[in-house]
Amino acid sequence: MQVTIRVNGNNTTHEIEDRLLLVHYLRDVLGLTGTNIGCDTTSCGACTVHLNGESVKSCTMLAAQADGAEVTTIEGLAGSDEMHPMQRAFRENHGLQCGFCTPGMVMAAVGLLREQANPTEEQVRSGLEGNLCRCTGYHNIVQAVLAAAKEGGAR
Amino acid sequence: MSILGTRVVRAEDPRLLTVGGTYVDDLREPALVGAAHATFVRSPVAHARISSIDVQDAREAPGVVAVFTGRDLDISPSPPAPMVTAAMARPALATDVVRYVGEAVAVVITDERYQGEDAAELVMVDYDPLPAVVSGEDAVRGETLLFPEAGTNVAWTGGAEQLDEHLFDDCEVVVTQVIDNQRLAPAPLEVRSAACAWSDDQGQVTLWLSTQGAQAARDELQRQLGLEEGQLRVVAPDVGGGFGAKIAADPETAALCAASRRLGRPLRWVESRSENMIAMTHGRAQHQTVTIGGRRDGTVLAYRIEVLQDSGAYPRESSWLLPILTMNMASGVYAIPKVETAARSIVTNTTPLSAYRGAGRPEATAAIERAMDLFASEIGMDPAEVRRRNFVAPDAFPFQTPSGITYDSGEYAKALDTVLEAAGYPDLQEEQRRRRERGDPLQLGFGLSAYVEITAPDNAVGETGRVEVGADGSVTVYTGSSAHGQGHATAFAMLASDELGIPMDRIKVLHGDTAKIPKGAGTYGSRSLQLGGSAVHEASVEVVKRARHLAAELLEADEGDIVLDRDAGRWHVKGAPATAVSWGELAQQAEGDGGLAADSDFSEERPTFPFGVHLAVVEVDVETGAVRLVRFVSVDDAGRVVNPVLTEGQRHGGIAQGAAQALLEHMVYDADGNPQTGNLADYAFITAAELPSFELLPMETATPLNPLGVKGIGEAGTIGSTPAVQNAVVNAITHLGVRHVDMPATAQRVWAAINEAKER
Repeated sequence: MQVTIRVNGNNTTHEIEDRLLLVHYLRDVLGLTGTNIGCDTTSCGACTVHLNGESVKSCTMLAAQADGAEVTTIEGLAGSDEMHPMQRAFRENHGLQCGFCTPGMVMAAVGLLREQANPTEEQVRSGLEGNLCRCTGYHNIVQAVLAAAKEGGAR
Repeated sequence: MSILGTRVVRAEDPRLLTVGGTYVDDLREPALVGAAHATFVRSPVAHARISSIDVQDAREAPGVVAVFTGRDLDISPSPPAPMVTAAMARPALATDVVRYVGEAVAVVITDERYQGEDAAELVMVDYDPLPAVVSGEDAVRGETLLFPEAGTNVAWTGGAEQLDEHLFDDCEVVVTQVIDNQRLAPAPLEVRSAACAWSDDQGQVTLWLSTQGAQAARDELQRQLGLEEGQLRVVAPDVGGGFGAKIAADPETAALCAASRRLGRPLRWVESRSENMIAMTHGRAQHQTVTIGGRRDGTVLAYRIEVLQDSGAYPRESSWLLPILTMNMASGVYAIPKVETAARSIVTNTTPLSAYRGAGRPEATAAIERAMDLFASEIGMDPAEVRRRNFVAPDAFPFQTPSGITYDSGEYAKALDTVLEAAGYPDLQEEQRRRRERGDPLQLGFGLSAYVEITAPDNAVGETGRVEVGADGSVTVYTGSSAHGQGHATAFAMLASDELGIPMDRIKVLHGDTAKIPKGAGTYGSRSLQLGGSAVHEASVEVVKRARHLAAELLEADEGDIVLDRDAGRWHVKGAPATAVSWGELAQQAEGDGGLAADSDFSEERPTFPFGVHLAVVEVDVETGAVRLVRFVSVDDAGRVVNPVLTEGQRHGGIAQGAAQALLEHMVYDADGNPQTGNLADYAFITAAELPSFELLPMETATPLNPLGVKGIGEAGTIGSTPAVQNAVVNAITHLGVRHVDMPATAQRVWAAINEAKER
């Protein structure tokens, strides 16, 4: 089947297998490898992207379901800027180590702030429950999101 | 001013944050164009004889290039660790017998990724079931043997051959406890992955591998594949976490290389998470019996730990290294006159064990720290006080333990006092008393853990470093250490920058490529900074020395009069800064003479021993058993700190993994050897919602064993936090008659412990 998906501001049209997952469309068809795959049970959130502005786990939907939609990945988050405020906050607060969960974590964190502009620490923690990190113990990720909330991280 | 000790944000991050890292599955190397995909067929049963493997249907499936079984590929088996019988060697692909659920029996090669999963389902393996050996008792009884030719399921024994029946003769109080240090899945966010390409004449092969040590993987694979030295190049691109489980090359990697050679086609392999949970090595899995004895005044006189180490189906380093580290570190921070240790390693029909963050040391600390609390409880003394009375004194270093290990430096009581004060210990005691009095359903518990651990235990192996100044004045640092999240590119650039006076953005750190760095050990055992960092430091010092010589020549002055202006990054004659030469000019000068560079291979005389004290505060709902970790306070003294940002990050991550073991995580098997927690939906991987922010306190006691004064910090958090959290849970409900709760202290277990105590 054929899908047309607007990814990071560019229209993409490809002939794909019906069962192709959105994450594989992004990674293997478009070559946008920033979005990672960490599990096969929708548990880890490494593959989180924005679909029409909201966080989704791209391993849990078919590319076909995104036909006609607008997708933003980590590569497109900053737009024409060097870094999005959330990316900057992650760097300044050491919110990443191995970097594997990071793209999904950053996208989920932006999605969180779009729903809740000034969250408490507890709200950040429960809001990121669907994104796993093995390196940071989440401490600095939470600090980064709280810092980004003050610096336009919902953008 | 020196950059060392200052808060420097990471050099690695902009790329990781904006386009993501380049992990193995992200590689778009020209050599991998047209690569096919490998998918392994894995055993669904724990123990069985393979009577036949029918690959015909799979071969005819869409996109299938080939299907290989163990008999098709010429791979030498992985020998078990030294000291373990060769009868327990492991084939890369099982041929006659499968010994755990998840063991690979065949590999399917397909054009596309999805086709591999389809075709793997079509490989028909006839399994003739054998009884599964799952529990330690079953393994020891030996009615069923995993390796009949070995004649036993015991892979290794160590420590005391005969227990001393008089060990506790002088003690007024003796307490014994059986402790299960449960099996865990390391679960790095990036699963295992590799890609492989042979040269056209098959004389050379490049393997991109998600590994903690490219050089060790190269050596192991060259042997297994029967290659000459220099034929195999291993490259570690970005690696998405390892935690000990990516130290070596796994059998799948050898099969990948062999299959690629047979087909003359590059191959890629990325396992699924559900494969990773059962086929990547597990950690911990120690069954311990601890006995502690002493006087009612709080003096501990004797301690014994007996360890039964589950090595899983194929013994690796785990069978001897993990229990040896546990025995070496048995008495922890305490000066206990009599210490006895004994260990046995057994094989079972479960996933093989290996290192996992701490690797034998968390098990030692969990045992002694639970024992200290049990002893304190028995004599009715405050656990902090009992610990204080038995600490190795600050003037006793270097201190030799009864296990024969020499601790380099330590300030244990100071660490304890710092933590107790910051935590407000008397307030916690008061709050606990109030809640107990009013019968609050939410009881408060606090737990202590005082730990000492061993870092760079293979100190003599050392680590390599090379510092090269380019003609443009930029620097390339080569290290045999291998970052996978730790921040070497930042820390090692700081070390070079500090010596050379060249800014960090002009310094590039390279690791994990055997073509560029032929010799290296890799990253494990919290060794990177003290060995790899010291090597970079030494090489930098040597480069400065050589540069001084060159500058003296160029400026026609005595070496003794030559000054390196580290702020400007330029060389001049004392008192004449106007006429200066740059690093680039010196490098150009040295071009005919091998360039301006120096190598170092740094090893330590002895390992180092970081230490600390952790305090966890939990709330336990006595009606449901639910535990909530509400505060965590720690001192982790790992010697001199090069970059507090990185050190804190290591501590945070370590603490969380320890809390995860204490409260949630457990790799569970049923009686037939079927994994019950074989994916991330079933395995209780800890999340942000289950953790508080951590209160870290600074403390630095330098070690004399390396020029930087640094010790390791990668595993300390996990080693300290695990028993602190477990002790806190028990402490919250001890007034209800509960004496011990095994890890993980899930709501179900805590609830059951409270109710059992009520019934007694």
